[in-house]
Amino acid sequence: MSTPATDKLRTAAPAASASHPKGRLSRTRVRAAWLFLLPMLVVLLLVAGWPLLRTIWFSFTDASFSTLHEAHFIGLENYLNYDEGEWYGVLADPQWWGAVRNTLFFTLVSVSLELVLGMVFALVLNAQFPGRALVRAAVLIPWAIPTIVSAKMWSWMLHDQFGILNHLLISLGILDTPLAWTANSSLSLWAVVMVDVWKTTPFMALLILAALQMLPSDCYEAARVDGIHPVRVFFRVTLPLITPALLVAVTFRVLDALRVFDVIYVLTSNSADTMSMSVFARQQLVEFQEVGYGSAASTLLFLFIALLTLAWLYLGRKRLQGDL
Amino acid sequence: MKAFSWPRLLGRIGFTMLVLCIVLFCVFPFYYAVLTSFKSSGELFQVSYWINHLNFSNYQTVLGRPSFLRSLFNSVLVSTLVVALSLLLGLTAAYALGRFDFKGRGSVLTLVLGVSMFPQVAVLSGLFEVIRGLGLYNNPLGLVFSYTLFTLPFTVWVLTTFMRQLPKELEEAAIVDGASPWLTLTKVLMPLLWPAMVTTGMLAFIAAWNEFLFALTFTLTDSQRTVPVAIALISGGSQYELPWGIIMAASVVVTVPLILLVLVFQRRIVSGLTAGAVKG
Repeated sequence: MSTPATDKLRTAAPAASASHPKGRLSRTRVRAAWLFLLPMLVVLLLVAGWPLLRTIWFSFTDASFSTLHEAHFIGLENYLNYDEGEWYGVLADPQWWGAVRNTLFFTLVSVSLELVLGMVFALVLNAQFPGRALVRAAVLIPWAIPTIVSAKMWSWMLHDQFGILNHLLISLGILDTPLAWTANSSLSLWAVVMVDVWKTTPFMALLILAALQMLPSDCYEAARVDGIHPVRVFFRVTLPLITPALLVAVTFRVLDALRVFDVIYVLTSNSADTMSMSVFARQQLVEFQEVGYGSAASTLLFLFIALLTLAWLYLGRKRLQGDL
Repeated sequence: MKAFSWPRLLGRIGFTMLVLCIVLFCVFPFYYAVLTSFKSSGELFQVSYWINHLNFSNYQTVLGRPSFLRSLFNSVLVSTLVVALSLLLGLTAAYALGRFDFKGRGSVLTLVLGVSMFPQVAVLSGLFEVIRGLGLYNNPLGLVFSYTLFTLPFTVWVLTTFMRQLPKELEEAAIVDGASPWLTLTKVLMPLLWPAMVTTGMLAFIAAWNEFLFALTFTLTDSQRTVPVAIALISGGSQYELPWGIIMAASVVVTVPLILLVLVFQRRIVSGLTAGAVKG
């Protein structure tokens, strides 16, 4: 983050504040800066900081929605508890581990597919051809559609009796009998992945396209003069150069996919076959009114994402230092 | 002129096919929703690929429902207020973060970035309590407040990035003239930041328009809902007979303004997305 310019500013600052009037000026400026920050900090404290602390606190209590204020501290019981020869708590709940498995599968498969497809889209959009602007506009459409709407659209297209996908696959001779895409336990998670890939590939494609357009053209000139095959150029020149941008895009998508809720809730409601960690936590919190138990699940999800973010930041910093 | 060659021609055809596949993949599902929305309930159960005739009965049903119109109004209200609130808070914060040098600046930026990683469900119970405490449960204003959780972080980041690119001389001239920081922000910097504000405002609008989890949890009655929840809750006689024509008509009504917005402001949105992600 620190460019030579900002470093110069930083070293210049103490010298300036040595003379008295300027020191006072910089003090009033610092006060003004915090005053300008204050409204945002207060709002973030109210919508993020405090609620998160409350969720963590609730996870150690027996709170339910109607008795939020009379919650009693029960230690780690919501997480793990041994009672009369049986384990209880979120960490002993097979449904929670199912949700963890589903979320990880969803994240891994959908982000990989989006990366590959997004790369293909971006390479196509980066080429010169007539009607490019129109294609680019078409690619933006899935991104503009609300997740709820896209989930509804797809659940109609995937309808087991009247859906167009079954109709198409049967008339092409690929299928003999219609498939229950969203109800069949071995297919429904794939259906969720399909909808998410459709909706999110454009985002990936746009980020990759932006990276492609910043590449210097001289390496390509050189490669063309030397008569190197385009596929080789892609793997030897393009891919290494856009890897940093790809890492950022993938990180964003992974963090987003780990908290997935809307698509799954609308496409398959609370089915255990597709339930993600967020769906599990919300079901406990709102539908079963088990605020303590649901908060424990939410806290685990938060910890998981926080650890992943910290690990990524740490690795990122380490890599940067390696470069310097 | 280049000589004719078979590999070249095949390459051309292959590329064109690829482009067509991409366009079909992106556009077809929405086209199919539009097609379905023009079908009468009897025609629904016959798969067709073309729009044969326009039947507006589904649109009449949807737009004739007071609760749906109310949800539309709520969505417009919530999204507009979210944009106003996040631009106001984002702009002041970005001014401090982009134009002032002070201890703790880096920590604040990291904190804001950290908030954008929050899973919404992790704040659900605590936020429910805060909203009920403020008397905003089952009220669109409660949604406006809660949506700043995900609109503020990227607004602050993108605006800070743009704020930092403005030349320092502008502000120095204003300080020499004795202008207060507030005047400097509103009279000198803001006019230059309009493009960035339009971009971030639009991204905030889309995010608020599409939000589902908070809207589902913090509202209770039909009259307070936003459209995503209204659409998700449209039901028929039983779980197995959803009125697909009506659902698709409602979906088209909700989506068309958004698609137009995105297509008109294509370039701005792309630049905003990449600024937010690449700089983040």
